[in-house]
Amino acid sequence: MTASELQAEVRERDGVPVIDLTGDVDAQAERALNDAYARATAAGTDAVVLNFERADYINSTGIALIVGLLAQARTSGIEVKAYGLSDHYREIFEITRLADFMTITDKE
Amino acid sequence: MTALTRSFRLKLKRRGPAADAGTSIEVAHPEAIGALEQAPVEIGPNDPLLAYFQSASEAVDIDALELDSPALRELKEAGVKLAIPLVSQGELIGVLNLGPRLSEQDYSSDDRRLLEKLAGQAAPALRVAQLVREQKAEAATRQRFEQELEVARLIQQNFLPRELPDLPGWQIAAYYRPAREVGGDFYDVIPLPDGRVAFVVGDVTDKGVPAALVMSATRSVLRASAGRLIEPGVVLERVNDHLCPDMPEKMFVTCLYGVLNPATGHLRFANAGHDLPYVKTATGVVELRARGMPLGLMPGMAYEEKEAVLEPGDSVLLHSDGIVEAHDPQRGMFGFPRLKETMARGAGGQELIDRVLGDLEAFTGPDAEQEDDITMVTLERSGGQTRMSGSSNGTVLADFDLPSAPGNERQAMELVERAVAGIGLQATRLERLKTAVAEATMNAMEHGNEYRSDRPVSIRVLRSPDRLRVQVTDRGDAGELAEAEEPDLEAKLEGRQKPRGWGLFLIEKMVDEARVTAERGGRTVELVLRLEGGRDDGE
Repeated sequence: MTASELQAEVRERDGVPVIDLTGDVDAQAERALNDAYARATAAGTDAVVLNFERADYINSTGIALIVGLLAQARTSGIEVKAYGLSDHYREIFEITRLADFMTITDKE
Repeated sequence: MTALTRSFRLKLKRRGPAADAGTSIEVAHPEAIGALEQAPVEIGPNDPLLAYFQSASEAVDIDALELDSPALRELKEAGVKLAIPLVSQGELIGVLNLGPRLSEQDYSSDDRRLLEKLAGQAAPALRVAQLVREQKAEAATRQRFEQELEVARLIQQNFLPRELPDLPGWQIAAYYRPAREVGGDFYDVIPLPDGRVAFVVGDVTDKGVPAALVMSATRSVLRASAGRLIEPGVVLERVNDHLCPDMPEKMFVTCLYGVLNPATGHLRFANAGHDLPYVKTATGVVELRARGMPLGLMPGMAYEEKEAVLEPGDSVLLHSDGIVEAHDPQRGMFGFPRLKETMARGAGGQELIDRVLGDLEAFTGPDAEQEDDITMVTLERSGGQTRMSGSSNGTVLADFDLPSAPGNERQAMELVERAVAGIGLQATRLERLKTAVAEATMNAMEHGNEYRSDRPVSIRVLRSPDRLRVQVTDRGDAGELAEAEEPDLEAKLEGRQKPRGWGLFLIEKMVDEARVTAERGGRTVELVLRLEGGRDDGE
């Protein structure tokens, strides 16, 4: 298990921007995550989807980044959805109550 | 370059490649040939002929050559007419010398071309043959050195006590491992006539053969003095005065000398600049200090004498600097604090030696080359309560340090995962433990150690029948962790709390128990998972 800096790609599915996260959601991920969110919401949207299928490590700093992203989304009235979390990280999203503020599904 | 300092032996052969045409008086005279073949011409290193041959690109007419050269005169006297230097890679490795043609005609330009071509091919072949011969000679020399070194090693081993005295109520153990075949460390345990026992650990500057020679001299003088004198300070004074006149420059010996009265537990000691021994008592581990200069530097030195009393359960560790000065792959030093901590962790005697060696190997890595000689002598007074014995503390599954650098918590997760592989943790519990380890390691690196390169994070994994414990220790002086604010997501989303601050919260949720203890110079977060009979006890 080696550290790999987060890659965040934006694509669209049925008119909704999807951010595909690959790598580690930690302190080094801040720029990639925020840039991707800015790109995804630039054209105006009601919702953003985060794909965690290939994010294999999320730590407390990464959670803080997602909190920041959620706060931005709330201000602009954008709904945040997430999918592809492992059971372990889904549990962490529940413990931290992130799950209460975003719609979490298993699959896209 | 070597050609200039090497004298050349040049075989003179009258019978050259042109010896096909008829006969001549000289060639037909076997005695003359024999005499010439046995009379090589030496070219001295300063002879100008050497430089001339080295730079000559073609066959040289000896008669036409005018040089103030003794070798040239000899060649002329011997009747050499033509010389073809054999040069390989710019180095003169020989000369092909020819007498007059048997036909008594001069050498033709065809002859010369043929000879030059021959020389061009012969020179590299000759060089290869020379190299092979040199290598064989070197191998033979090396083998002889190795044999001698092995004998030296055996002799030196005989200098160490073959067995340690059996003292009722005391456990004595010793360990010695030189970094090379022979070493500069030594130890000795000498029973004295009145029932007391002298303990010695010493270290000669430098390693290898020079150190070993000084070591054997020191050891002999020490033994001789110990037999006649009792006071440790006086013994060191005497040994110093004996060694000084004959000590090679820039060499000296550090040495700790102690005399134990086994009946009372009194240990009188003096120290000639050696690493301070540790004594472990009911109240903790302390150094035994006594002032004194290393041996062999200056005659007429005095050595301070001190005394310690060893109670039942107390133990002493005498050691050499090969332990504390060992490095990890990141070039961090093992250091005195770590050795002290290793001693504090359990019993003395042979167990202590094993524990130090185990910690040392975990620190340097299993395949690290030993940098310096390692020597330990331990003595422990039996009885007393066993404090923090290995069994009550659990088995150490892993004990390692990680440098404080962003991202290194991933290594901590992986190493802990490997260490607990045999416990059979459920996948969910393992994932939770890994997250807790990562968060505790990040806290230690960032808040305790401030990502400083000289402050590693120490992680120890312990397993007892009912608990798996992971201790993550930093080197900070932050004291107790400030009571962390319970993270409130709603407050964070509304900007009333910072987005960060999830670390401790996660740690507490991920394991059965989490404890923080602060000591001077380090804070430990202990993560506990409950086990049942050493196995996972998760829900």
